[in-house]
Amino acid sequence: MLLYFVKRIFLGILIISVAVTLMFCMIHLVPGDPARIMLGPRGTTEMIADITMRMGLDQPLVIQLMKFFGNILQGDLGMDVISSRPVTAIVFGQLPYTLWLIFSAIFGAMLIGIPLGCYSALHRNTLADRVTGVISVACITAPSFVVALYSLLIFAVTLKWFPAIGAGDKGDLFDQATHLVLPAFAIGISWVGYLSRLVRASMLEVLGENHIRTARAYGLTESTVVYRYALKIAILPTVTVIGVGMGFLISAAVFTEIVFARPGLGKLIIESITSRNYPVVMGSVLVSTVLFVISTTISDLVNAWLDPRIRANL
Amino acid sequence: MSENVLRIRDLSVNYQTDRGVLEAIRHVNLDIPKGSIVGVVGESGCGKSTLITSIIRQLDDNADIPNGSIEFEKQDLLKLSLDKMRNISGTKLSIIFQDPMSTLNPVLSIGRQMIDIQYRDKISKKRKKQRSIDMLTKVGIPDPRNQLNQYPYELSGGMQQRVSIAMALQAGPSLLIADEPTTALDTTLEVQILKLLKELQEEMGCSILFVSHHLGVIAELCDHVVVMYAGEIVEQGSTYEIFNNPAHPYTVKLLECDPASISKKQNLLPTIPGEIPDLINLSGGCIFKNRCDQSIERCDKVTPILNKFDTHHFVSCHLIES
Repeated sequence: MLLYFVKRIFLGILIISVAVTLMFCMIHLVPGDPARIMLGPRGTTEMIADITMRMGLDQPLVIQLMKFFGNILQGDLGMDVISSRPVTAIVFGQLPYTLWLIFSAIFGAMLIGIPLGCYSALHRNTLADRVTGVISVACITAPSFVVALYSLLIFAVTLKWFPAIGAGDKGDLFDQATHLVLPAFAIGISWVGYLSRLVRASMLEVLGENHIRTARAYGLTESTVVYRYALKIAILPTVTVIGVGMGFLISAAVFTEIVFARPGLGKLIIESITSRNYPVVMGSVLVSTVLFVISTTISDLVNAWLDPRIRANL
Repeated sequence: MSENVLRIRDLSVNYQTDRGVLEAIRHVNLDIPKGSIVGVVGESGCGKSTLITSIIRQLDDNADIPNGSIEFEKQDLLKLSLDKMRNISGTKLSIIFQDPMSTLNPVLSIGRQMIDIQYRDKISKKRKKQRSIDMLTKVGIPDPRNQLNQYPYELSGGMQQRVSIAMALQAGPSLLIADEPTTALDTTLEVQILKLLKELQEEMGCSILFVSHHLGVIAELCDHVVVMYAGEIVEQGSTYEIFNNPAHPYTVKLLECDPASISKKQNLLPTIPGEIPDLINLSGGCIFKNRCDQSIERCDKVTPILNKFDTHHFVSCHLIES
């Protein structure tokens, strides 16, 4: 167990440093002088020089990268030159919006997708199974930004069931929840399809195993057999996929936050890239990577909790 | 004549396959007298497993039973609703499967599984636990209280099979089906498990339907033997009769092939030439005719039926009739 955590933390640090370094290089490959773009056409030479110096852009790339890592170790993500606020405050100010969005999307998808998959597996090759199959594949293939645009058009503009943009009033939980529905739907719908397919496949595999035949031969009720004896094993691959899927969810959140004009990490990343606001970009990427590492660790732990054989090897 | 726990009459099972209808079992009659052990023997693909799975009503979706009845304690299992069948399964009718390593649920503890199968009994969890401990003691598992917290992968194959036996016998069934329970175990363990089964059978007074392809085991354990070939019963009778006075050519050859019966040193193990016939589009006539070296003209045309050969001995062969 201890070894597992040491391994995990080491791996996490490795993943984060590689991701941050890659991002750092990519961002410097984007053409255009950041200081000039930030200040716009009216920026004077002195102002540009000032910004360049304050952002440390006059130093060699390697030094900039080293400094950045050095600051991270002290929990400091640097200062946003434009608003003069610490990047940590900006990123963590936006983070809850994205977290809410991602969590409601994935939990909604689990709530619908997993029972749907079980149902399909138990009613294999019936009409209902086939219909679910077709709809699931359609859901998987629909890109989240397309779903976002259409759900915005249909449910917000035409039907007016849900508000169209923003994240709702601060302090008004109900308002925030209604603002969450459509964006979460846009991200979550493909996961409903994906999870239901995944659960169906692994459920069918488990239901064919010998121990399920035994459980039935002992006269256990069908619900005990399916939900206690089979699902606990069939859910394992799904847990892993959800853990890794955190990365996809964050990138899906980027599009969705733009379409619905919602605050959040994704919107922050896009805005700071267009304004060449390096410290904010780096800060957001760092936080998303940490999220990814945490979610895969959690999914590993959940698997270990479910399966004693995994637990023994931890 | 004592009464029968299980009475199978004219049972046939078909599988729908891409190539056509596969007649896996045809017109099988089988009786299991109360308190006796009946062995079913035959090579792979002879319909042993199909027979068992149709008794416990767990046939695959592509199987259907065109005719026949399986009477267990005077009710036809094939006509029972799934709920009523569920009430019999695991209580009066129990089963031990072949591969102990995959029979128990890998992610639930032994105790959990043993308590789960007692869900019908309205007693406290503590008593269910105690009952499980008693049962584990009975099948010879050391330190049963701690074993309850173990998971199947932490036990050896022999121990897992003991747990399976404990679970199968927990409710005191009147019929226990044992589907090659020792095939996956090594010889030493095999002897131990068989001894245990025999002891428990005598103690609890249940009947056993013992399925195996191991002739030695059958001879050791069973009172009656049923020889199956390609979905039909070709010979049945008391163990003594079958082993000492086999009448069907297939049984004769099967016994000749048993390594234990070979007395003189030879380089090759004897085999029965040929293969089990394709069970799709059966042509009629004797099922064994292609591999039989004594077949006569009549074997090609007329399907033989099981005829009385001796008091407790029935054979399905034209050679015997004539």
